[in-house]
Amino acid sequence: MVINNSHEQITSIPKAEVADLDFYYGSFHALKGINMTLPEHSVTALIGPSGCGKTTFLRCFNRMHDLYPGNRYEGSIWLDKDTNILGRKVDPIEVRMRISMVFQRPNPFPKSIYENVAYGLRVRGENNRRLMDEKIEDALRVSALWDEVKDRLNESAYNLSGGQQQRLCIARALVADPEIVLFDEPTSALDPIATASIEELMSTLKDRVTILIVTHSMQQAARISDHTAFMYLGELIEFGRTKDVFNKPLNQQTEDYISGRIG
Amino acid sequence: MAQTTLKSRSRQIYKPKLARQVKEKVIEFILFLAAFSSVATTVAILYILIKESFLFFQEVPIVDFLTGTKWTPLFVNPQYGILPLLSGTLMSAGVALAVAIPMGTIAAIYLSEFATKRVREIAKPALELLAAIPTVVYGYFALLYVTPFLQNFFPKLPGFNILAAGLVMGLMIIPFISSISEDAMSAVPVGLREGSYAMGATKLQTALKVVFSAAISGISSSYILGTSRAVGETMIVAIAAGLRPNLTWNPFDQAATITAFIVQVSLGDLPHGTIAYQTIFAAGLTLVLMTLLLNIIGHFLAKTYREIY
Repeated sequence: MVINNSHEQITSIPKAEVADLDFYYGSFHALKGINMTLPEHSVTALIGPSGCGKTTFLRCFNRMHDLYPGNRYEGSIWLDKDTNILGRKVDPIEVRMRISMVFQRPNPFPKSIYENVAYGLRVRGENNRRLMDEKIEDALRVSALWDEVKDRLNESAYNLSGGQQQRLCIARALVADPEIVLFDEPTSALDPIATASIEELMSTLKDRVTILIVTHSMQQAARISDHTAFMYLGELIEFGRTKDVFNKPLNQQTEDYISGRIG
Repeated sequence: MAQTTLKSRSRQIYKPKLARQVKEKVIEFILFLAAFSSVATTVAILYILIKESFLFFQEVPIVDFLTGTKWTPLFVNPQYGILPLLSGTLMSAGVALAVAIPMGTIAAIYLSEFATKRVREIAKPALELLAAIPTVVYGYFALLYVTPFLQNFFPKLPGFNILAAGLVMGLMIIPFISSISEDAMSAVPVGLREGSYAMGATKLQTALKVVFSAAISGISSSYILGTSRAVGETMIVAIAAGLRPNLTWNPFDQAATITAFIVQVSLGDLPHGTIAYQTIFAAGLTLVLMTLLLNIIGHFLAKTYREIY
């Protein structure tokens, strides 16, 4: 298969560069020879039909696959040109401290709202209450949740609505100043109003972090992302600026997918 | 034509079938009986305990029973203070729980969060086998092996003592705590664990700060169940802790528990209707009320900290 990637050159600075990445679940070859750059301070969307490997790809960035036996990476993901995330000597825990993640279903811990956000600081051994208060307020403000929860920080996170819980998870992911935040279909379990608020939030976040988001919704990718990567059967088919990929796709499969013929 | 066939068929369909209805009723009744029998047994036991205890408390003032410090129902001048038996029960249960709660919890955390699948598949049933050993075997183990072993370190330790009985009872209770706690921790959704790892948490941090606190309701019910077992355990304490009622808070002493006393009296040939005979009902009622209270606390805890994922 010819992979046509010759869109107009992406000019922003690369935050991460994926080079010849292959990934195996046991003997299943899930990702095949992926090469891609992740531009800094922008939103990059991964789209493609179910089972195309986009979530698998996303989870390579914070080494989530290391949690389960039998998974194997080949190739490299260079962070800031100097650290290979997949390097054998690299501690996945250190990677996850720099690259945080927001999941498909809101997964707050069975703790108070405050302690949920504090978790990322506590696992780093932070105990200074004043610094934590500051960081937590900042993270909750950025996640557009502060005004709704500032008077009930000690209540259980389970008292929040689904959309609020997901924004809480975003605050949790932001509190320890990550460089990249991975979003795995963050709005698929939410209603349209909560979805809109998360999308709005995401566009404000890129001043602080680089965002990589997996989404099932092409409309969502078109609305919020600066760059889009289309994946199919474990391969990266097309990557470029979102308006280019959607308006003048270079590859027939991309065109078929975004026009609704496959997927 | 088509309509007429449909009508005649529909009349057949909606006509109740006697055989089916009878069968349903019979099955329903059998299921009801099965469920009712256990409730009925519980109620009957409580009724007898309360009735016989009522007769006992007509002879012995309830205040004397609850505050008396001597338990000598078989002596010429009988005294009926439950405190010595209560102290024996609480001390042996306390020693057992001091062993079983930490060990059971640690085993559960290890099995649920750290052990590989293969280790878990072997270790869990092996641990649960501990609960299958007859308690009389544990009792002799405590009396004939643990006590002599402890006497190497504490030469003044009597042959019957709370310590050995409690330690061995703790061993017996470990699987009750570890098994239920492990189930509760394994039931914590993978999403919560991944959420913790994605924050840069280590395995231990994830196990203690997220999984343990998410499973706290199941874990606390395992503690309550373990406590009920410890309070109600009979053979181990009857064999290894001695049969002499003794108001003591010293685990190096010997002391009879409520259960051990009931065994002792049941084995003797006491005439029905005497006060000495009725003491076992009063003692039994005390025991039932204690475990009932524990179960209510457990129910309350499970409700307060119930898992919501």
